[in-house]
Amino acid sequence: MSALLKVENLTASYGELQVLRDMSFEVEQGGVTTLLGANGAGKTTTLRAICGMVRRSGRIVLDGQDISRRATEDIVRLGVAHVPDGRGTFTTLTTEENLHLGAMARPNNKAEIEADIQKCFEFFPRLKERRNQQAGTLSGGEQQMLAIARALMLRPKLMLLDEPSFGLAPLITRQIFDILADLTKETGTSMLVVEQNASLALELADHAYLIETGSIVMSGSSAAVREDESVRASYLGY
Amino acid sequence: MTDIAHTDHRNPGLTAPAYRPADAPRRRLLSGGNIVTLLVLALLISIPIYSKGFFVFQMTQMLVYAIAVLGLNLLTGINGQFSLGHSAFYAIGAYTCAILVELGGVNYMLTIPIAGIVAFGFGFLFAFPALRLEGLYLALATFALAVATPQLLKLHAIEQWTGGVQGIVMFQDTFDVPVPFGLDMDPGVWTFYLTLFVFAVVYVLAMALVKSRTGRAMMAIRDNPIAARSMGISLPYYKATAFGVSALVTGIAGALNAIVIKFVAPDSFTFFFAILILVGMVIGGVGWLQGCLIGGLAMLYLPNIAEIFDNVVLWFAGLFGFADLLPSGNALQQQFIRLSGVIYGVILVLFIYVAPSGAGGLIRAIVSRVKRLTS
Repeated sequence: MSALLKVENLTASYGELQVLRDMSFEVEQGGVTTLLGANGAGKTTTLRAICGMVRRSGRIVLDGQDISRRATEDIVRLGVAHVPDGRGTFTTLTTEENLHLGAMARPNNKAEIEADIQKCFEFFPRLKERRNQQAGTLSGGEQQMLAIARALMLRPKLMLLDEPSFGLAPLITRQIFDILADLTKETGTSMLVVEQNASLALELADHAYLIETGSIVMSGSSAAVREDESVRASYLGY
Repeated sequence: MTDIAHTDHRNPGLTAPAYRPADAPRRRLLSGGNIVTLLVLALLISIPIYSKGFFVFQMTQMLVYAIAVLGLNLLTGINGQFSLGHSAFYAIGAYTCAILVELGGVNYMLTIPIAGIVAFGFGFLFAFPALRLEGLYLALATFALAVATPQLLKLHAIEQWTGGVQGIVMFQDTFDVPVPFGLDMDPGVWTFYLTLFVFAVVYVLAMALVKSRTGRAMMAIRDNPIAARSMGISLPYYKATAFGVSALVTGIAGALNAIVIKFVAPDSFTFFFAILILVGMVIGGVGWLQGCLIGGLAMLYLPNIAEIFDNVVLWFAGLFGFADLLPSGNALQQQFIRLSGVIYGVILVLFIYVAPSGAGGLIRAIVSRVKRLTS
C-alpha cells in the first residue's frame, strides 16, 4: 500500500511555544493510523497542523500534493475531513443542517448531498430520528456520531479524528469504535485517529505512532506496538 | 424517480442514487407561520385605510426601524458579531439618499438600492480590520465608528455635499415626497406603502439568505468558529459578507428614513441611535428575524410608554400626598426631574426578566405550551 499522507519534519507552535518538533509519519491509503500519547503530547496540534489551523513548517504531502502552505479551506476541499476535539457541534442548528455543513466544501449539488445525507442516516439511524432536533440537545454519543457523519459528508479521502472517545461512557465509546471499523471497511476511507484510549485505538488501527512532548518516540504495526513492554506499562496499564 | 449516475473517484462507497426520501417533511403552503405572516401583512397594508396622518407616519417610521433591526440581527443574531456602530451605516444610507436626490437630481426611489450598495461597500471594508476582533473588542471598534461618524459628517471639507451641522433638507421645491405614476395619493400614505414594499422585499430576501448555504455557513461560524473552519468555511469571507449585508440592509433603512423625515443631519445618527437599534433587536429576539417588527415597535413606542408611566407615577404621587416627588419649577426644570428614563430602564429589565430571549423566545414558548395542551 502507498502512503496517502506523508508528513516530514513537521514543526508547529502557538506563538512562542513550540509544540511539535520534527515529526515524521505516514497514513496509508485505505488504512487506519493512530497517534497515541498522553495529555499535552501534541496530538490535537498535529491534526490542526495538517489542516493548516496552526502555524507550521515542514512538508505535508496529501496524495502527491504538497499542502503544507495551503489554507484550511483548500485542504478541506482536497478531501481532508477533520472531526475536531470536543466534537465541534453547531449547537443551535438541527442535525440535518449540521450534515449539510459537512458538504460545504463540495460543489452545491442538492440531489447528491441529499442522497449522502440519506446514506448517513442509514449508517446512523439515531441521527435520522433526531434530524430536526437542535444538535446541542443530542447526547454526547449522538453528537460524536453526528461529527463523524458530518465529516463523511465531505466524501473525504482522509478523516482526521480527534479523540472520538472524548467524554463518552465506555459502552458508547466501544460503539463508536465499532462504527469507525465498519466505516473503513465499507467506504475505504483512510483515517488518522488521535486517542488517549490506547487499547481501543490499537484495536482499530493497522499502524501506530507514539508521541511524547511533540516528538515521535516509537512507531510500528499496531500489533507490535501493543506487545511493547513500555507501551503496555504506561498506556495500556497491564 | 431518476437515477443520476455519478461515480466518485475518491469514495465509491458513498455514491447513491439521487432520490427524495418518502419521509422528508413536505413544505406546506399554509403552515402556521405562513398564516401569521399573511395576517401581519394584511394588517400592515390596511393601516392607511382605517387611520390617517400621524399614525401612518409613525407606522412608516416603525417599518424603517424594523429594517434597521433586521440588518443588525443578520450580523449579531445570525453571524454572532457585535456592533454598537450601526448608526454609522444608517447615516451612510441616509446621506447617500439625500445627496443624490438634492445634489444629483436622482429619483429618490432609485437612491434606496444605491444607498444599500454604498453601505455594503463601507460595511465590507470595515469588516476587514474588524475581522481580527471578537466580542467586546469588536464592540469597542464599532463604538468608535458610531462616535466618529457624526463628527466626520460635520467636517468643513465636505460641507458642500453634507451641509455640515445644518444637514440637508430634502424635497425643498415640492415640500413633500413626489408621488409617482400620477397616483392620486396622499404623500404620507404613498411613503408608507413604499416603505412597506421595501420592507417586504428585504425581509423575504433576508429569510432566503438565512435558509441558503451562505446563511448556514454564517450560523455555523456563530455556533462554533473552529468547527466551521474544519468544514472548509472561510471565516474572513463569510464574516465580511455578513458585515456587508448587514450594513446594506441598515443603509436601506437609513435611505428610507431620509425620505420619510425629508431631512438628514449629523446628530440624528449618534451612538445613542445605535443602542436603540440594539435594544430593538434584543426585544424582538436575537437571531429571530421575524422579531424585527416587534423591535421596530419597541424603538418607536418604548420612550412614549415610559413617559406615560412617568405621568401616572407622578399623578399617584400627588394623589397620595407625596408632594416632594412632584416636579417643581418651570417646564425646563421639570423635564430634568421626570423619571421617564428610569421607567424606560425598568421596563427593559422587566421585559428581559419575563422574556430572556426576547419576544421571539416568548412567542415560541407560548406556542409550544399551547401545542402541548391541545395534544
